[in-house]
Amino acid sequence: MASTATMAGTEPVFHLEEEHAHAEGSSTMLGFWLYLMSDCLIFAMLFAAYGVLGGNYAAGPAPKDLFDLNLVAVNTAMLLFSSITYGFAMLTMDKGRVAATQAWLAVTGLFGLAFLSIELYEFAHMIHEGATPQRSAFLSSFFTLVGTHGLHVTFGIVWLVTLMVQVARFGLIEANRRRLMCLSMFWHFLDVIWIGVFTFVYLMGMLR
Amino acid sequence: MSTHDHAADHGHAHGGAAHGSLKTYLIGFVLSVILTAIPFWLVMTGAIDNKQATAIVVMAFAAVQIVVHMVFFLHMNTASEGGWSMLALIFTLILVVIVLTGSLWVMYHLNANMMPGLHDMREMP
Repeated sequence: MASTATMAGTEPVFHLEEEHAHAEGSSTMLGFWLYLMSDCLIFAMLFAAYGVLGGNYAAGPAPKDLFDLNLVAVNTAMLLFSSITYGFAMLTMDKGRVAATQAWLAVTGLFGLAFLSIELYEFAHMIHEGATPQRSAFLSSFFTLVGTHGLHVTFGIVWLVTLMVQVARFGLIEANRRRLMCLSMFWHFLDVIWIGVFTFVYLMGMLR
Repeated sequence: MSTHDHAADHGHAHGGAAHGSLKTYLIGFVLSVILTAIPFWLVMTGAIDNKQATAIVVMAFAAVQIVVHMVFFLHMNTASEGGWSMLALIFTLILVVIVLTGSLWVMYHLNANMMPGLHDMREMP
């Protein structure tokens, strides 16, 4: 009240002086980060389920009988390469080079596809050997955890293709830059989750 | 602070400086390759005889690599988004630790106590 009284003659102001107009999309990055954190909790639940059930083989195959570390190493390399190529896409985006950005995005998508193909090959191989999700609690939790990660990568690739079409049609406008930065966080986040997967599921599984 | 200063702040937070340079990406990549290769090599060759020791070393490498990814690829720092993303990250990490240790701890003891023959109920008070 005192403030309105002192401002007699001018329009009364009811918001904080520090408050200012927010540009469109200025809070998107934080909001997307919060989504990633909630996604992180989903994976924490799945890791916990795997940690609890991962030793229950029900007289079925154990990690040592199923996992091929060479394949997992190649897979890890694919995801790591896709991370750095996405980084290059962001750097070329900063410079406003549309063609180079598109090229790096395409390379990232191809590495992502390679990752998915290897993972699907591994799954198909396991299922062919009778190691289906129904076989044991270990396999149920394994397929749920690794499959959820694979599903995230799948949607990441769908998103990537969508953004490539967007960039091709509208160029590197502000909205597209923001979208590409969101996907960048999503993509690197999936790589972080994969570190947990290859360590706890594959490497620790081989040590058991 | 004038509105112009605010605009400049926001431009900085969302502009080019916010997502690193070629150098930081390459440093992050090289570190990740090293931090991935060593645990794979340790497990594939069995360089450390003790399995438990290997497991601890492998987990330590994973923890370091996650931090490397956070810093060099996700560009986490205490200043981004006015500290809110770091706060959200810390909150999430606390929840993750509670979920993981809590689940493993409770379920391990549940399994241990449900073993047939471990407890003779007649001897219970």
